[in-house]
Amino acid sequence: MVEHYVSLIVKAIFIENLALSFFLGMCTFLAVSKKVSTSIGLGVAVIVVQTITIPVNNLLYTYLLKEGALGWAGYPDIDLSFLGLISYIAVIAAIVQILEMTLDKFFPALYNALGIFLPLITVNCAILGGSLFMVERDYNFGESVAYGLGSGFGWALAIAILAGINEKLDYSDVPKGLRGLGITFMTSGLLAIVFMAFAGIKL
Amino acid sequence: MRIKELILTPILSNNPIALGVLGVCSALAVTVQLKNVFVMCAAVTMVVALANMGVSLIRNHVPSSIRIIVQMVIIATLVIIAEQFLKAFVYDQWKTMAVYVGLIITNCIVMGRTEAFGMKNGPIESFFDGIGNGLGYSFILIVVGFFRELFGSGALLGFQVFDLTKNGGWYQPNGLMLLPPSAFFIIGIIIWVIRTRDPSQVEEQ
Repeated sequence: MVEHYVSLIVKAIFIENLALSFFLGMCTFLAVSKKVSTSIGLGVAVIVVQTITIPVNNLLYTYLLKEGALGWAGYPDIDLSFLGLISYIAVIAAIVQILEMTLDKFFPALYNALGIFLPLITVNCAILGGSLFMVERDYNFGESVAYGLGSGFGWALAIAILAGINEKLDYSDVPKGLRGLGITFMTSGLLAIVFMAFAGIKL
Repeated sequence: MRIKELILTPILSNNPIALGVLGVCSALAVTVQLKNVFVMCAAVTMVVALANMGVSLIRNHVPSSIRIIVQMVIIATLVIIAEQFLKAFVYDQWKTMAVYVGLIITNCIVMGRTEAFGMKNGPIESFFDGIGNGLGYSFILIVVGFFRELFGSGALLGFQVFDLTKNGGWYQPNGLMLLPPSAFFIIGIIIWVIRTRDPSQVEEQ
C-alpha cells in the first residue's frame, strides 16, 4: 500500500515530470529562472498550491462533476463533467487567494518570501494541468494527495536545476541573438532529454 | 491602417512566443504533427480574439479588484465552447491533445492580451489584436510543426514527402524530431533568427 504511494510520488517527480516531460508551466519556468533563490521560492509555492488544489479538485470531481456523482443528492443521471475546466480554475484561484490571506495573517515571513509568486501561480498551467491529469487518470483521494506532492516537487526540482545552469551561463560567451531567452530554450531542451532517461524506468 | 498594424506586428516584430515568452507550453506539446497544430492554432486564435473582445466590451463596468477573475470566467467559458466543439467535430485530434486544449485557459497569451490590451481599448481593435496575436502564436507553431513532421517522419500533413529507408527510399527519419525536446531547439533557433534580423530584441547580459 505504502509502496504504491511512494512509487506514485517518484513517478510524478522524475518519470512524468510536469515541466520537462509534459512542458507545463513553461512561461513561468522560462521567465523566472534567472536566480536560484527566486526559483526555489516559486518552486515551494507551487508544491504547496499543488498539494492542496489537486485533492480538493479530486473531491469536487468525485462528488459533484463526475457522471452519476450527484447520486448522493438524488440525481444519479446528471453528468456535469463539461463544467470541469471552469470549476477547477475557480477552485485554484480561490485557494491561491485564501492561501495568500492566511500566510499574510499567520506567517508573515513566509508571505514575504512567497508573496509575489502566489498570484502568478493561478495562471500557471502546471497547476491546472495537474488537476486535469488527476481527472484523466482517475486517481482516488489518497492518490491525488501523493500525485499533488510529487508533481509539485518535480516542477520545483526542474526550475531549480534550470536556474542553477542559468547562473553559471552568465559567465559564458553566448552568441548575441541567443542571449537570454534563446539559450534558456536550448538549455531546457537538453534538460528535457536528460529527464527522458528516466522514462525507461518501470516502477 | 491601425487594424493592419494590429494584425501584422505580433507576427514577427512583437511575437508573443519569441519575445514575450507567452504560451510556450502548448507550442512544445502539440507540434509533432501539423494537423494537430492547425487545430490548436484555430482554437487559440478564436479564444484570444473573442476573449479580448468580450473583456473589452465590459471593461468599463468591472471594478479593477475583481478583473482577473472576470477575465478568467470569460476565457474559461470560451475554452469550454472550443473544447466541446473540437470533441464533436474532430474527435481524433481532440483525443491526442486532450489536456492541452483545456490548458488554453492558462495560456498566458490569452490572459496577457486581455489584461494588457482588452482592458484599455475598444472592442473592434481588441478583436483584431487578438487575431494578430493568435496568428503570431500560430506562425511559431506552424514553423515548429513543419520541421518536426518533415524531418521526424518525412511527411507533411500526413502525406509522405521524403521516401523513408524502411520503404526502400533515401530518407532516414530523425528520431529526435519526434521527441518533445526537439521543439525547444527549434524555438531557440527561431528566436535566434528573429533576433539576428532585428537586433533591438537582443537581451543585454
